[in-house]
Amino acid sequence: MYDIEKYYNASTIGEAVHLLKEHPQARVICGGSDVLIKIREGKFAGTSLVCIRDIREIQGVIKMDSGDIYIGAATTFSHITSDPVIRQYIPVLAEAVDQVGGPQVRNIGTIGGNVCNGAVSADSAPTLFSLNAMLRTSDGAGGRMIPIRDFYRGPGKVDLQPGEILTHIVIPGKDYEGYQGHYIKYSMRNAMDIATLSCSVVSKVNQEKRLLEDVRITFGVAAPVPLRCNETEQELKGMPIGEALFEKTAQLVRQEIHPRDSWRASRDFRLQIGGEIAERALRRSVELAGGGQS
Amino acid sequence: MVGKSIARVDAYDKVTGRAKFTDDLMPENCLVAKVLHATIGNGIVRSIDTTEAEAMEGVVKVVTFQDVPKHCYPTPGHPWSVEESHQDVADRNLLTGRIRYYGDDIAAVVAEDEVTAARALKKIRVEYEEYPVEIHPRESMKGTRYPVHEEKPDNILAHSDFSIGDVDQALAGAAKVIRRSYKTPMVQHCHIENPISYAYMEKGRIVVVASTQIPHIMRRVIGQALGIPWGKVRVIKPYIGGGFGNKQDVLYEPLNAYLTTLVGGRPVKLELSREETFCNTRTRHSLEYDLTAGVDENGLLVAKDMVSYSNQGAYASHGHAIAANGLTSWRLQYACPNIRGEAYTVYTNTPVAGAMRAYGIPQANFSSECFMDDIAAEIGMDPLEFRKKNLIHGYYEDKYLTPIAANTNGIFACLEKGAEYIHWEEKRNAYRNQTGNIRRGVGMALFSYKTGVWPIALEVAGARLVLNQDGSMQLMIGATEIGQGADTVFSQMAAETLHMNVEDIHIQSFQDTDVTPFDTGAYGSRQSFVTGTAVKECAQQIYQKILDYAKIMFPEEKRELSMREGILYAGDAKRITLEELALECYYSRSHAGPITAEVATQVKKNTISTGCCFVEVEVDMALGKIRILDIVNVHDSGKLLNPQLATMQVHGGMSMGMGYGLSEQLILDEKSGRLLNGTLLDYKLMTTMDTPDLSVDFVELEDPMGPYGNKALGEPPAIPAAPAIRNAVLHATGVAFNENPLTPQRLIDGFSKAGLL
Amino acid sequence: MKKDLRLVECVVNGKEVAEYVDVRESLLDMLRNRLHLSSVKKGCEVGECGACTVIVDGEAIDSCIYLAVWANGKNIRTLEGLEKDGELTRIQEAFIEEGAIQCGFCTPGFVMSATVLLERGEKLTRDTIRKYMAGNLCRCTGYENIVNAVEKVNHEMMEQKETEK
Repeated sequence: MYDIEKYYNASTIGEAVHLLKEHPQARVICGGSDVLIKIREGKFAGTSLVCIRDIREIQGVIKMDSGDIYIGAATTFSHITSDPVIRQYIPVLAEAVDQVGGPQVRNIGTIGGNVCNGAVSADSAPTLFSLNAMLRTSDGAGGRMIPIRDFYRGPGKVDLQPGEILTHIVIPGKDYEGYQGHYIKYSMRNAMDIATLSCSVVSKVNQEKRLLEDVRITFGVAAPVPLRCNETEQELKGMPIGEALFEKTAQLVRQEIHPRDSWRASRDFRLQIGGEIAERALRRSVELAGGGQS
Repeated sequence: MVGKSIARVDAYDKVTGRAKFTDDLMPENCLVAKVLHATIGNGIVRSIDTTEAEAMEGVVKVVTFQDVPKHCYPTPGHPWSVEESHQDVADRNLLTGRIRYYGDDIAAVVAEDEVTAARALKKIRVEYEEYPVEIHPRESMKGTRYPVHEEKPDNILAHSDFSIGDVDQALAGAAKVIRRSYKTPMVQHCHIENPISYAYMEKGRIVVVASTQIPHIMRRVIGQALGIPWGKVRVIKPYIGGGFGNKQDVLYEPLNAYLTTLVGGRPVKLELSREETFCNTRTRHSLEYDLTAGVDENGLLVAKDMVSYSNQGAYASHGHAIAANGLTSWRLQYACPNIRGEAYTVYTNTPVAGAMRAYGIPQANFSSECFMDDIAAEIGMDPLEFRKKNLIHGYYEDKYLTPIAANTNGIFACLEKGAEYIHWEEKRNAYRNQTGNIRRGVGMALFSYKTGVWPIALEVAGARLVLNQDGSMQLMIGATEIGQGADTVFSQMAAETLHMNVEDIHIQSFQDTDVTPFDTGAYGSRQSFVTGTAVKECAQQIYQKILDYAKIMFPEEKRELSMREGILYAGDAKRITLEELALECYYSRSHAGPITAEVATQVKKNTISTGCCFVEVEVDMALGKIRILDIVNVHDSGKLLNPQLATMQVHGGMSMGMGYGLSEQLILDEKSGRLLNGTLLDYKLMTTMDTPDLSVDFVELEDPMGPYGNKALGEPPAIPAAPAIRNAVLHATGVAFNENPLTPQRLIDGFSKAGLL
Repeated sequence: MKKDLRLVECVVNGKEVAEYVDVRESLLDMLRNRLHLSSVKKGCEVGECGACTVIVDGEAIDSCIYLAVWANGKNIRTLEGLEKDGELTRIQEAFIEEGAIQCGFCTPGFVMSATVLLERGEKLTRDTIRKYMAGNLCRCTGYENIVNAVEKVNHEMMEQKETEK
């Protein structure tokens, strides 16, 4: 039995926004795998809830004619992984969310919840950052389109206004077409774990497959919010594909990320692993693009 | 019947969800109790205010440390000792105002439902006076300003030592002297069913239904804790969802019993959360070891010395018995003329350590088997060769604790099987000079383990057989099925001795101290040995009684009577079925009297089982990850009672051993003593994706002490995997890790230090 | 506090059920306490052990972190629904044959995860089996015989599929 004060169910976006405005102290719940746990541990005990899991408009994946892919915020991880559009166009996201917790949690946890709880260890976040995802919100008066990198404001803090809900995650066509990606979750177990550190690399090689034309590297758990390695990316762009590129990746990344000491892992440990997984993720993404082959 | 892989007698009920565990039997109108835990690691409660909590709607009762009985009681699942000097340390009250660890129990709430109980806990106002926290035994034993228990001003709960030969002289004359230090972590049992009980009163007595390995001991401890005659307590044990030693301790059941007395005997449920299970029940002791050994020119051990420091935590529980068991194992198995050992068990401000599968041996074995590899490396000898050179062939006995002895000793045969399975020589050579980031290695470790607890403690078991009207047999024992398959092998034993089909043996799975014969319960790998002896004696008795009854029925019969598969024979001729005889004995107009037999058997025997683990690993050094490529445990546990069940038991032990070697540890905050990772997310128990395929083999020597040639198997499988893995990593990388688990953090630190990254 | 009760209409183990539930209840609470389906076990209450696994609309979920009100309109299956008149499903039999059961507390959750995995009707490797059983923790078995049981039934299913072709 959960210590819940009041429970409201919304079946449309409008209803959800209305309920949230009417009950400003209430929290949004969707899959429940995060909010219910926080109620139980006391952090959210006694909270009121507005449930948005029945809202059809925010479920599922659609590819627009423009090429932009709209992912409903209430889409579960397992549905994303098995979605044909995601599998065909952005398989790196399918793989990333397939590494959340265990099968049961992937059947209830949603990508919107993963983003909105603001956890730096969220398995979807590094890949969404590397795909330059945009977040579509609704507040009853139109809403906003926010780049994901502006959305995270600190540990557990995101840029959602009272009465505003996330409805879709948008992957712009220009940001995935021609790109390949690879996500590495570094955790202490192979399942049922959160990332100690994670890295998603999305890259593009030139037509001759000799040069790294574009690269985006994002870390989870290397800073208070997911961290794009802008400087490293700039340095690497245009480099020929080869050992020098990969070694440089590890080296630059270790200078750019700033993880901290905690009982889970030391800063030095995270720096070692960070360089290593960035290098391995880049190798794999380049390999997927057929890079370096002559 | 014995020796056959029959399906578990409880398998059908468990696979259909019909098997009833404590929570499945809960009465509908049960009140809910919750405990208020301290949020400091050391100190006293200066004031406590429960007014607000008591005023809440739905709160039935609030009790604090000020209300509970003032005398102390012991908690470990040991047989009681009638000699005062051997009695367990009684250092607990039901609730306390002297906070000894972060999470200590201050107060309890009884409410109509769990949300109300949880909210009421938050309304209790507590003011503390805080003392400095000490979580390390070697520091704590130097003395602290506020000792954990006043009776032990230096915080040393107990100290013991022994000496065989002259270690100092032998070390002085040794060709080489090697010294190393090792440390093992605090870990938790992680049975999937959390401890749970409910208590109510009936006819002026307290009934406690609990998930426990030790119902008869629990009855005694509840009596002691409440200061009431033990007969006023009745304990019922349904199916239990694992124990592994944590439920070989009396946990919150005395408090639960006390609470029902405060609410007029209404049923009160006390269910622990997973977080409480981690922090507030028991753990496996963390131990630190300083080891020294001397070897001669031929690689023979001439002397060895162990000093160990055991972190007891805040209360005595099983106490020094754990470290002492490690000292005993230090004397066994390897031939060495001069051996010395010393052990300290020290109170600290940490969660309480108690019994956990293999009772002190996983710790001692990790240190001593890592040490064997380190000595071998130091003298440039293959570690398997070094062990074989120093192992005792055949019979040996403990110098102090008679009659502990290896009455059969299959270790060489186990080693041969293990080495062959893993391709020891070939791989030791192949992986000799590796370079690069990914490296492979093979390692091994071996162990010995006693069967039961005699002569350290009492061994007694009871069994009762009742012949039913249809010729089937009712078997009642006080020993407990906790998942290991006890009920199945006891049924097989009875069937074996009675020459009956196992389907005709009906075993009672629930223990009820009002009904089932006295037995101390599931621990020490004792039940198939000790209770098995009782079952065998009981079966022999009832068998004889059946024949005696047949003689009454057929006074003229001169041929020798016997029974097979439910039929009585006179000579070779069928005389009567057991069913016919049974009906007669119940309803005979001249000789009515159902046939029953009951025994209470004291067993004054002990025998040593043995085995080993061989493992091949692959180490990704830059990521600090170990992958187990292949692993095998080989056991000499005497004759197997049920090979499939035996194999299952080994699988579980291997898994626990791998977790101990690779990932499991409880981490405390240095300053506050707060447990940081007490959840199943943060405590890294292995999942299916972390567990490789497991191989198991046995060497079956018939042990003369076991009732059916059997000896210890329950706990031993959990022992050797951790040191074997560590030794394989040593082989792969040349880096010796002297503290388990070998987590990525430790590996990266170690490889960095060794200049390998 | 006044209880906020909502009507939940759903199908549980093939039978239509209508129950008023407290909005604070988990599906685990509802199944155990209202419907007395005690195979659904409580091991952690936070989705970390899988002991409470049930199948909702064809997907395995942890019923401890799923509100009872969400069950409205859903098709729910628990272990109690597998056995038909004393006849077990193949995976239940295989758990017995392969020795995949020890204390039995995690067994219901494992059987439900295995059931939904096997119903996909695909050929499964041991790695795939491990992946889809990873949400269930077991401390007794080391998982070996559980994986063996699922593999055995999958193998039989694939063989039967072959013959039907």
